[in-house]
Amino acid sequence: MPNVISADGTIRQDNWTVVARPEDGESLALPNGPCLIPVDLWLAGHEHFAGRDDIGVWFDSHQEPEHLGERANELPVVAVNFPKFSDGRGYSIARLLRERYAYRNELRAIGDVLLDQLQFMKRCGFDAYALRPDKDAAKGQDCLNFFSQSYQAATDTDLPLFRRRAS
Amino acid sequence: MYVYDEHDRQLARERVAQFRDQTRRALNGELEEDEFLPLRLQNGLYVQRLAPMLRICVPYGMLRSEQLRRLARITRDYDKGYAHFTTRTNIQLNWPRLEDVPDILAELADVEMHANQTSGNCIRNTTTDPFSGVQDDEVADPRPYCEIIRQWSTFHPEFAFLPRKFKVAVNASEKTDRAAIQVHDIGLQMVRNDAGDLGFRVHVGGGLGRTPMVGPVIREFLPELDLLTYLEAILRVYNRYGRRDNKFKARIKILVKALTPEGFAEKVEAEWAHIKDSPTRLTPEAVAHFQQYFTEPSYQSLENASDQLAEQRFTNREFDQWVTHNVDQHKKPGYAIVTLSLKKTGVPPGDVSDRQLEQIADLADEYSFGEARATHEQNVVLADVRQDRLFELWEKLRPLGFATANLNTLTDVICCPGGDYCALANAKSIPVAEAIQRRFDDLDYLYDLGKIDLNISGCMNACGHHHVGNIGVLGVDKKGEEFYQISLGGDSHHNARIGKILGPSFAREDMPDVIARLIDVYVEKRTEEETFLDTYQRIGMNPFKERVYA
Ligand code: SF4
Repeated sequence: MPNVISADGTIRQDNWTVVARPEDGESLALPNGPCLIPVDLWLAGHEHFAGRDDIGVWFDSHQEPEHLGERANELPVVAVNFPKFSDGRGYSIARLLRERYAYRNELRAIGDVLLDQLQFMKRCGFDAYALRPDKDAAKGQDCLNFFSQSYQAATDTDLPLFRRRAS
Repeated sequence: MYVYDEHDRQLARERVAQFRDQTRRALNGELEEDEFLPLRLQNGLYVQRLAPMLRICVPYGMLRSEQLRRLARITRDYDKGYAHFTTRTNIQLNWPRLEDVPDILAELADVEMHANQTSGNCIRNTTTDPFSGVQDDEVADPRPYCEIIRQWSTFHPEFAFLPRKFKVAVNASEKTDRAAIQVHDIGLQMVRNDAGDLGFRVHVGGGLGRTPMVGPVIREFLPELDLLTYLEAILRVYNRYGRRDNKFKARIKILVKALTPEGFAEKVEAEWAHIKDSPTRLTPEAVAHFQQYFTEPSYQSLENASDQLAEQRFTNREFDQWVTHNVDQHKKPGYAIVTLSLKKTGVPPGDVSDRQLEQIADLADEYSFGEARATHEQNVVLADVRQDRLFELWEKLRPLGFATANLNTLTDVICCPGGDYCALANAKSIPVAEAIQRRFDDLDYLYDLGKIDLNISGCMNACGHHHVGNIGVLGVDKKGEEFYQISLGGDSHHNARIGKILGPSFAREDMPDVIARLIDVYVEKRTEEETFLDTYQRIGMNPFKERVYA
């Protein structure tokens, strides 16, 4: 079970499992316990899944948050996969979910989640980070707070530095 | 020029501490090589053919004398005592040690410098016209906007892992474009609309490299205060839809082409409609805040020193030539813009020693309010020199090797470091530049030839901007041997154009002869008024081809 770091740097372990996309011809098998399923399958089977607090979704980096839109708030957890840490699409997905669709519940980074990107993720609205298991979760706190302020507005602040300076 | 406040200083310090920690973790194995790679690139650190290479950011080319002195000291203490000015107005050190880089960055931060985002798949240094603020035909001073873009793009959390590198350039002159904005990922031309409001014409998807392209206009007029929200919309569309499966198709130009400029513009406008009024929208106060750093220095009210200059020019022919080629008109009477040529034959284009950096600093203090500017042609500008002191300045420049009166001529070559330094090179570029400079060593002949841009790159990455040279030279590898392909007709200015390939490539030793034959064709065919480019456009490729491959 991977360590999950929260936005405040605390470490927890939880039992949300990520359900991989089933192979062609196979159907989705739900494990015991809470799980995250591919977002398109949740949308396709909305009538089965709606209202369940033990089922969340995950986006792969090419998937479009527009398809889920404001329905995101029906979900307890939305995850965004980083297939490779250098694939930056997940940052845009996160900001859109938070800023455009006003998603309020947990937004979790999964996949190739490393320490040095945590603060970017936090700024884009992620509040849970399933750190790659070989990385030291104890360093999460420091890495989430390398910078004490920022130049631009993002999900975490409405005040770009130019607005703070002017006031 | 811009001066850090406590916010900038704090962020700069935190950046150094972050990179120190990252370097330590890389050296002790906590960070794997591929994990450290983008982190070090975003701090300007490459690992090159011979050693690491550190690219230090010079935001939109502006340098203060204390910064030049610090750079000189850094090259002495951590390197081999020289540095290289790049075509994106940055400065490169070729031999730093990886473990010293955090200390170098700390030394830079002391003088308000950094190496942020000078490499990697992120938003790079914004460049502009080196004559900003001192020429009389600019719509407005572009530098406050460049600084606004610098701050917005610095550590932008959403755009640190783009499909590929991303370069923005701003131009404000109506007559000319010294920043080559149309071959940038985003080119911003400052304009006023019919109502007299300030704004930008937005070009997107220009670029050199493997698929050279002139950036189409996607918006004719973007109001000034909408600058950042619109950039954010462009970057978001690119971050989401730019190709990530193939490094050679990952630049924004490929996306713009695939969607068509109209299709791309529609996507951007749709995104922008959502974020146009977000807190990222600039305020008049914010713009005014940045403008206050770029006010005029304390000019004296002077008359043009016309008589004095005329006499000095009349009595000294070399001075006269230097004034003709290396001195430009300033908006203030009695002042002039001076360009120091870093293109002396025998010195790799753009290279300076530690001592020369200090000399430039001294000259800037003595003659130009303590400031100097790097140009994309790899020269250095002193923007505010009194006309009545030009002669005195020229006499000082000569022994220092900065007075070569060859600006904009064939020997003012733009040239990348090439195979002598760069791990990606197919071929050396510096020796080709030098051989051509030696061949064309007669200044009178050069002046007679007039304005010719000769640009040389050691590989397809086109750091030497060969596609937009009137004559472009590209190093290619043929079965392990270094060859050079020539293109003609490129132009980096308002009528930006990509050059066309002349034909099969040449061996290095043939290059000076080949260039000479191309020049002969021009000399024979030109009319009195025509530049090389004009003649090429009138007579086309064939006469050149016939001569060279005869
Ligand atoms: S053009 Fe190629 S050889 Fe020249 S500096 Fe760029 S990458 Fe290196």
